[in-house]
Amino acid sequence: MVMAAKPAGSAAGREEIVRTIDVVKEYRMGDQTLQALKGVSVTIYRGEYISIMGPSGSGKSTLFNAIGGLDKPSSGKVFIDEVDVAQLDALELAWLRCRKIGYIFQTFNLIPVMTALENVALPMIFGGMLEADARDKAKLILERVELGHRIDNKPSQLSGGQQQRVAIARAFANDPAIILADEPTGNLDLNTGKAIIALLKEMNQERGVTVISATHDLKMLDISDRIFWIRDGEVEKIQRRDEVTIDAGEMH
Amino acid sequence: MSKSGSGAVGSGQVQRQVQLPLSKAVEIALKSMRVRMGRSILTLITIVMAMAFLTEVWLSNRLGPVIRTELLAREHLKAHGPSVDGSRLVWLISLSLLVCLVGISNAMLMSVMERFREIGTMKCLGALDSFILKLFVLESIFLGVAGTICGIVLGVVLAVGIMVARYSTAAWPLIPWGGVPWICLAALGIGTAITAAAAMYPAWKAARMEPIAAMRVEV
Repeated sequence: MVMAAKPAGSAAGREEIVRTIDVVKEYRMGDQTLQALKGVSVTIYRGEYISIMGPSGSGKSTLFNAIGGLDKPSSGKVFIDEVDVAQLDALELAWLRCRKIGYIFQTFNLIPVMTALENVALPMIFGGMLEADARDKAKLILERVELGHRIDNKPSQLSGGQQQRVAIARAFANDPAIILADEPTGNLDLNTGKAIIALLKEMNQERGVTVISATHDLKMLDISDRIFWIRDGEVEKIQRRDEVTIDAGEMH
Repeated sequence: MSKSGSGAVGSGQVQRQVQLPLSKAVEIALKSMRVRMGRSILTLITIVMAMAFLTEVWLSNRLGPVIRTELLAREHLKAHGPSVDGSRLVWLISLSLLVCLVGISNAMLMSVMERFREIGTMKCLGALDSFILKLFVLESIFLGVAGTICGIVLGVVLAVGIMVARYSTAAWPLIPWGGVPWICLAALGIGTAITAAAAMYPAWKAARMEPIAAMRVEV
């Protein structure tokens, strides 16, 4: 796997990491069909920091899940690193989730019975790494997120912000190409949320990882390279960071 | 990161996820049980009771007649009527095992439903269906074996206690201990089989859970 450590938006010839083509997602509700996504086509480049913004019910989460290979679209295609996700079998999908994508959740989702270190080591072990190597690497990453002193703590012994840091460390464990962060600050207070956003941005820049975040946290606007505004199942507009500041207030 | 392998799609960068050794599933299953001690103990009690009942009945059926004839021969006591009604006992035992099976199954199912987020997360991290399946079957089997052993001990104590109570301590030296280990072994087999069977449906349900379950916020 190639890891281009280039900052986003740097010149032409940027490498595509995610592309969706005409993605439609329909839900059947009784005899009605609800279109959560009405044909979304977006392209995301390697190393970008993308925020998907939109009110709840806009289709934001649906798009996010489709990009993350968590949900199959009713029609249309999703390519992750040039691979058509729909073509993958269960084992390949598991590999993709393990190695190419790192997930960060609103509710942190650490495995409660495991220590911070074990949580971070888990995806590496799933990926086939030797236990000892996985632990060594997990320790390094935990030190990177400034939790080197809490590696033997269980999630219940950590604060929300610390748990999310462990989750970030876990998401980065297998050096993924993409980090998918679903409302990463949704359960955190203002300052902790800011710190988490800053950490994500730092990791994004120092590792050249693409970060895709579904959020309605306006704090994300400052650091996103591009923002996809979703409304009623469609991409309402795509803005670059420098275009955003003016109308950041008109979210709804 | 190695790039070789059987990735057949797109840019050829996708590989197939590897199977994990059983030891890892064992380790995680044991941890999960330790953390949920309260629930585990409740489930355990069902198994202990059912297995104690089974063992006690088997042993009494075996010990009772032997001791009775021995004692009768020594004229220590008058003839007792036949103490057990075979078909009713079979019925009772089957019922208790069935209750046990349903109870464990229900407890496991609750545990699976509670842990939807944990299961979804593990799948997001790359866990295979078969790994999740192993996790829950193992958890249930550990519980089953522990419960069965406790149940057997309780059953033996009860059976011997009842014998002694009924025929006084004169029964003690007459107990045919030789048959006891076989009965215990059979009970252990049945107990383990029942818990494994009870875990099948819940474990299958857990294994089939979609990774997207990790995203669900409501409980």
